[in-house]
Amino acid sequence: MTISVWPDNKPLDVAAIRDLPEGERAEQLKLVAKQVRRLIVQMIDTARAGHIGGDLSVTDALVTAAFGVLNISPETADDPGRDRLILSKGHCAAALYSVLALRGFFPVDDLETFMKPLSKLNGHPNRLKVKGVEANTGPLGHGLPIGVGSAVASKLSGKNWQTFVFTGDGELQEGSNWEAAMTAAHRKLDNLVVIVDRNRLQQGARTEDTASLDPLPEKWASFGWEVAEIDGNDTAALLKAFTQNRNGKPLAVIANTLKGKGVSFIEDRVEWHHKVPSKEQVELALKELA
Amino acid sequence: MNAHSSVSNETFDCRVAFSEKLIALAEADPRIVAVCNDSVGSSNLNAFRDRFPDRLINVGIAEQNMVGVAAGLANAGFIPFVCAAGPFLSGRATEQVKADVAYSNYGIVLCAMSPGMAYGELGPTHHSIEDLSWMRAIDNLDVLVPADPEQTKAAMDWAVASGRPIYMRVGRHKVPSVTPADRETAFTFGKIDVTGDGNDVALVATGTLVSRAIEAQAILAAEGILARVLNVSTIKPLDAETIIKAAKETKGLVVAEEGVLEGGLGAAVSMTLSENHPAKAKFLGVTSFAPTGSNDFLLEHFGLTAKGIADAARKLVG
Ligand SMILES: Cc1ncc(C[n+]2csc(CCOP(=O)(O)OP(=O)(O)O)c2C)c(N)n1
Ligand SMILES: [Mg+2]
Repeated sequence: MTISVWPDNKPLDVAAIRDLPEGERAEQLKLVAKQVRRLIVQMIDTARAGHIGGDLSVTDALVTAAFGVLNISPETADDPGRDRLILSKGHCAAALYSVLALRGFFPVDDLETFMKPLSKLNGHPNRLKVKGVEANTGPLGHGLPIGVGSAVASKLSGKNWQTFVFTGDGELQEGSNWEAAMTAAHRKLDNLVVIVDRNRLQQGARTEDTASLDPLPEKWASFGWEVAEIDGNDTAALLKAFTQNRNGKPLAVIANTLKGKGVSFIEDRVEWHHKVPSKEQVELALKELA
Repeated sequence: MNAHSSVSNETFDCRVAFSEKLIALAEADPRIVAVCNDSVGSSNLNAFRDRFPDRLINVGIAEQNMVGVAAGLANAGFIPFVCAAGPFLSGRATEQVKADVAYSNYGIVLCAMSPGMAYGELGPTHHSIEDLSWMRAIDNLDVLVPADPEQTKAAMDWAVASGRPIYMRVGRHKVPSVTPADRETAFTFGKIDVTGDGNDVALVATGTLVSRAIEAQAILAAEGILARVLNVSTIKPLDAETIIKAAKETKGLVVAEEGVLEGGLGAAVSMTLSENHPAKAKFLGVTSFAPTGSNDFLLEHFGLTAKGIADAARKLVG
């Protein structure tokens, strides 16, 4: 997999981003997000499979959390006090793998094996095969309960790590999320953040034409959560939300995004849930992401 | 009956026959509705939705809800075809299937789309390999695995006519037609369809494995080993008579299925044999969470091929 050149031809020190002042951090996160998007497109091109729409919509939030906020690194991968990043929308494994590769969990070149026979990079993530993966997701509606358990453990152990769970919006139609939401609020898990990738599309149609979720911020608030509704493709807004005061409650970040963000002909179109771009479309996409 | 028949090269995705038949059934019977979980495309329901927009109830990504909704519809006299990917229908909604469908005795057809390892490299979360075991364990639930498009359609006819609680696999992995031309009907509930009358070995298969068993039958015939193929399209209730007859008339049975060995077809055959006519047998199935790979790659990986079946048969009779 090729990474286009970082500014000034110098590789970005991704491990140092977390310590930058907020404004600069947001700028560097944008650069990382662009590289992640390029990797996603290349992975899906090589595998001729994948979930490109949801990968591209969740990229900025994943990158902001992993590189800008959380204590996540290959060095601390087995540290019991590490922060936990859980991708509940496991069909977007390509986005997660790209983030982990850029963060140094495994060589970026391994991304070429995505979904190939016997690859560790299965179509949905497997924690036993890939360091940095915390949950074997794929069936929707599993990440948040696991996240609640992690947040309870964080308090019980006194190690006080953060748990960030990334869900789809269609995914919230699964009742398990709301069961977990009640537990989290009841237990005042202010170390738990759910990021809802609110791209308004699910597999077959718009969410509001399938089983409506609106008014979504109000739903989380009524379940006892602190809520932030933001532009989920804006690293600065994401940074602000991830570090805001939680008032002793779990935090729901409603990240309003565009499914397919960054590639004009993929953006906000239902058919790109898991369509694979043609070779010409791959070139066009990489040009737009240059 | 032919000594052995060959398998044609043309292959089919059973979901196509399924959706054509569902529309035909719905045209004839206003009680028929489809219930799904954001799976209109993957269940091949686009044409049904266009034809009967009001009779497609898409509850969103919510399988427990989906099966419960179907029970409510059945309570009011509708005949729901619940269409969802096999792993999520059988796995996520197991208790609804037990309490709301089987225990409540509703005529609901639970259609497990893309079963087995059809989702290939999407991995074990998306493989429906435990479904036959889970569903077999539920009382008052018939479990069907049609092996080709003709069987799929005929099983749907029976499902509507019977009014029974039914779990039915609808295959995505492309299969050739395995229904012999001389059959009056492609599917008879509770009956195993036997091809060939070889007395050396019985190849007992279901779903995707049936055409592979027929290929194995040809491989073995070339070596002078005569096999019969038992296509088990009703997993439960099992046609014990045909299994026992095969055990009595051959030197052993090879049982092959695209699913785990604990509790599926093999387990059902095994119990039937030990209670009635203990016989030598070899069981082929999915023996672990799969590595990454396509459906074909994984069938090879687990030896669920004509060669794998023939090898097992040779060892049994040798
Ligand atoms: C329990 C379960 N049911 C169904 C699916 C099939 N499926 C995979 S992705 C998807 C749509 C997800 O939509 P959303 O949560 O909005 O994700 P995004 O738009 O971010 O891709 C569906 C229905 C699944 N993976 N798990
Ligand atoms: Mg969505």
